[in-house]
Amino acid sequence: MSSSSETAATQATWTPDRPIVSIHGVHKRFGDFEVLRGVTFDVMKGDVVCVIGPSGSGKSTLLRCINALVPIDEGSIQVAGQEVHDPKLDKLALRKKVGMVFQQYNLFPHKTALQNVMMAPIQVLKQDKAEVRERALKLMKKVRLNGKEDAYPGELSGGQQQRVAIARSLAMNPDVMLFDEVTAALDPETVKEVLVTIRDLAEEGMTCMLVTHEMGFAREIADMMYFTDNGVIVESGPPKEFFANPRDARTKEFLGQIL
Amino acid sequence: MEDFFQWFRWLYDETGINLTILYDSFDRERMVRGFFNTIYLSLICLALSVVIGLVGAWLQGSPLKWTRRIVQGYIQLFRNTPPLVQMYFFFFALGSLMPRMENEYGIMEPVLSNWHWAIISLSFFAGAFNVEIFRSGIEAVPRSTVEAAESLGYTRLKTYIYVVLPLAFRVCLPALNNNLVNLVKTTTLAYAIAVPEMLYVANQIWSDSVNVPEMMTFLLLAYVVLVGLLVHVMNRWERAMRLPGYGV
Ligand SMILES: Nc1ncnc2c1ncn2[C@@H]1O[C@H](COP(=O)(O)OP(=O)(O)OP(=O)(O)O)[C@@H](O)[C@H]1O
Ligand SMILES: [Mg+2]
Repeated sequence: MSSSSETAATQATWTPDRPIVSIHGVHKRFGDFEVLRGVTFDVMKGDVVCVIGPSGSGKSTLLRCINALVPIDEGSIQVAGQEVHDPKLDKLALRKKVGMVFQQYNLFPHKTALQNVMMAPIQVLKQDKAEVRERALKLMKKVRLNGKEDAYPGELSGGQQQRVAIARSLAMNPDVMLFDEVTAALDPETVKEVLVTIRDLAEEGMTCMLVTHEMGFAREIADMMYFTDNGVIVESGPPKEFFANPRDARTKEFLGQIL
Repeated sequence: MEDFFQWFRWLYDETGINLTILYDSFDRERMVRGFFNTIYLSLICLALSVVIGLVGAWLQGSPLKWTRRIVQGYIQLFRNTPPLVQMYFFFFALGSLMPRMENEYGIMEPVLSNWHWAIISLSFFAGAFNVEIFRSGIEAVPRSTVEAAESLGYTRLKTYIYVVLPLAFRVCLPALNNNLVNLVKTTTLAYAIAVPEMLYVANQIWSDSVNVPEMMTFLLLAYVVLVGLLVHVMNRWERAMRLPGYGV
């Protein structure tokens, strides 16, 4: 862990009037293939941002860059004033701030639902077990899974697993939540229960970045829409305008196909 | 109890079936010691070989090319040579290079005894297979599960301890069990460097009493029981580790 003075210093530079996530001129290459080709945008605290775009346009890669699962080649990403790709960065401090939920839930199959939620705060943050347990029970209730605490992931439906995954991220008390197509693997009936959970979070003021194909949901929940294609942001705007009159031809085409 | 033992003397007199290990207290005691020596040797080598397997599998995931190469070389060496040759190599080749020390009777003795060499060579022998077994288990853990741990702030080591190993363990338990059963059987090789385990003791007894068929039958049955017990324990363990709702 980095010294507390360093953490304090970086926190001091961030004030609520500045973006909580600030992405500037980000390039990412896998070998010769440039996945992100200069992405720039900001997310303010409490905002809900939806990123849409065709498959392979780099949406997942963008989210994965934000919590340093993959390194970037150029540009900068700041979370709460802290440079994510600073080699001196304390990754733990960053990952405490940024929660991530994946398409395939990725729960730990050898632990019960409640244990999945409790693990990281105890094992990573070294928090008091009784306290964490209490918080985890509350989170299970919040994602409407009270009663399923002792079930193993293999005994839960996809939608239930995904809600456990959301609770597991929330247990770290993140400032920002990243959702990467979290309903894409679910059947239509269970999609709703997960979306409701996300909407609850958004309404409580959690900063959320969603990659999604659920256009209706995006329109309802987003403060800002971003359309990516070929590693650049082609178009952005508040959902009303964005959906009503997209300007770029590629956005029009994409929305035409999907809506 | 004594009557029970004496019945075998009668059996010998009547039929010629000579189980000295039952009616002769000297033979009995050395066989009991041999039995426990086998168990002791097995347990120590089991534990060490598992540790070697875990550490080796961890090192194989290292970003350093030479670390991976050395581990790979170790595996190849121990998998592709007979365990008896390995044991002789350790005991006679490496053993002769070891410094000697004066023991309590004033006699110069090597610092590592035949016991030590048996433990070392058997552990490395079984360990080489365990590295491969654990590695295949680790590779079976989905990359996305590891990523989920990383995104929750787990370091590489913590991910390994809390997520990867518990899952990998379940995947590789059947293969691990096979190898450990093999190891218990291979402890008989320690006979070759005069470690007084069951086979060695049996050999001593039959050279005294000329009862080879009886001793060999006894040995065979003793290993059936011993290995059967191990297999039973391992199978129960495998069942206990099974995850509800999952194939593994
Ligand atoms: N680790 C990697 N190594 C090489 N190429 C990669 C890697 N990860 C992603 N890519 C490539 O980068 C491109 C963008 O991938 P990404 O997963 O970000 O797309 P996406 O917009 O999330 O697509 P989808 O909607 O299908 O999830 C793809 O062409 C993919 O093959
Ligand atoms: Mg994706």
